Amino acid sequence: MSEFKFSEENEKKFQELLKRYPDRASLSLPSLWMIQYQEGWISEEAMVFLADKLGTSPMDIQGIASFYTMFNLEPIGKYHIQVCKTLSCKLCGSEKIKSHIENKLGVKFGETTKDMKFTLTEVECLGSCGTAPAMSFNDDYVENLTVEKIDELLDTLK
Amino acid sequence: MIVKIVSKNFDIENSHKLEVAVKNGRYSSLNKLFTMTPEEVTKEVIASGLRGKGGGGAATGNKWQLIPDEHEKPTYLVINADESEPGTFKDRQIMEYDPHLLIEGIINSSYAIGAHHAYIYIRGEYVFWAKRMQEAIDEAYEVGYLGEKIAGHDYALDLTLHRGAGAYICGEKSALLESLEGKRGHPRLKPQQKEPEWFFGGPTVVNNVETIASVPYIINEGFEAYRAHGTDCSPGTMLFGLSGHIKNPGVYELPFGVSMTEVIEKIGGGVKDGKKLKAVIPGGSSCAILRADEINDITLDYESLQEHGSSLGTGGMIFIDEDTSIPESMKNLFEFYHHESCGQCTPCREGCGWVDKILGKILKGKGSLKDYDTMLDACEMLNGKTICVFAPSVAYIADSYLAKFKNEFDVLCKE
Repeated sequence: MSEFKFSEENEKKFQELLKRYPDRASLSLPSLWMIQYQEGWISEEAMVFLADKLGTSPMDIQGIASFYTMFNLEPIGKYHIQVCKTLSCKLCGSEKIKSHIENKLGVKFGETTKDMKFTLTEVECLGSCGTAPAMSFNDDYVENLTVEKIDELLDTLK
Repeated sequence: MIVKIVSKNFDIENSHKLEVAVKNGRYSSLNKLFTMTPEEVTKEVIASGLRGKGGGGAATGNKWQLIPDEHEKPTYLVINADESEPGTFKDRQIMEYDPHLLIEGIINSSYAIGAHHAYIYIRGEYVFWAKRMQEAIDEAYEVGYLGEKIAGHDYALDLTLHRGAGAYICGEKSALLESLEGKRGHPRLKPQQKEPEWFFGGPTVVNNVETIASVPYIINEGFEAYRAHGTDCSPGTMLFGLSGHIKNPGVYELPFGVSMTEVIEKIGGGVKDGKKLKAVIPGGSSCAILRADEINDITLDYESLQEHGSSLGTGGMIFIDEDTSIPESMKNLFEFYHHESCGQCTPCREGCGWVDKILGKILKGKGSLKDYDTMLDACEMLNGKTICVFAPSVAYIADSYLAKFKNEFDVLCKE
């Protein structure tokens, strides 16, 4: 048995969602999201819990969770900075933004600061091409990025 | 030049709120809708010539007709809001500024195909837009535009928002449905004959956000009003995206058939920093690249782009200036395709990676002309040997970069 459990609120949401799909299998993505919001990442225990809930194997859940890049299969920093690296952002200067963030936080993209405050990730097209360069900061988009904008944002959090 | 059909309410303050939306005409099509039979709605949409705006450009009404007359399981409408094609950022505008237009379109379209449950599959990164869409859905349920009796009429419809989690391939409709069924987003084998999509065995239509948001206008104003814009084969309007090296980037609703160069000058304000244009990727990154000297006669419609060896795709144009290296831009896109290949078919999973690696080698100054040929070979291998169109489009765009900018590769590759 898994030690992980949905919070009361998430359990309620899960039961509500069950009514909205022809098969409970559809709940894998919504449930993985709930787990990630609840814990910050998706542990093996949580996958075992979910497999049990959906009537499938933990291996199946892991196969799903590892396919989608937004699911964190290990703990990440409190602030997740994901800078878009695809063409329109690159043409509008995302590389300068990336190196500025790296210098400022002292870690490279793909890494987390030692105090577990910041995780830097390069991501593919965010769909912000008209307001490039762009990044997502936890759940929010920050667009038309400039070095000043980055300073303003990070200096309040450091 | 700008014609506002879908974007009509975008500039109105609080246009996303139900009260403001209704004041500005949202849900007004419903009265007329329920005086029509579902077949009449489909016929109206077919007559309007509405084509899918997610990239494929298939005739929307004809897609609806693929739902069989008799079937055991329920029919579903699924909205593809997995907007992830590089250069494309139009559907998010609809969800941000006029979510009720999308809901109205969903009611129209679901009624036409006989669906009583519709799903919006929105890309995972669009958290803000998912929240906004959910708020609009909740508002619509509250006043009875969704639920048991839509606006008092004898028709029930539920609408559920479903978030993806970061996989470009889920924009491919069968991969999207696999994902909606809770699995990995692996595209399905395509049937020999035309048939609908299937969601848990129920016949299903998958349509793009903008396509469905165009339906209320057609129902309200009639197919002729829609056909008054655009060209014969590409009727109506499209939300075109301008990005990259352009002075005024953004989304603009334009009738099909306008001149590309005029759009660049009059809407886009020309190339950024007064530089010269080198190339245009016309409709999202999966369209063949065009050299600046190829675009003079191009009009923004499916036929013109096809005649010029590319495609209209999602209408998201990326502009590239004279100082930009094309091999570098190609490498950037191949990192994207390498990362986003779902991994199901070996030629795609390996081939995209090979081309990415070879490009990296060439850019480091270690490439030879043989590498150039190897990339052409890899494209041959990518084409026509996989389940979905991902690999063929990658091959097709790679060919265009390699052929049209051979001079830039020649400079980088040694004998």
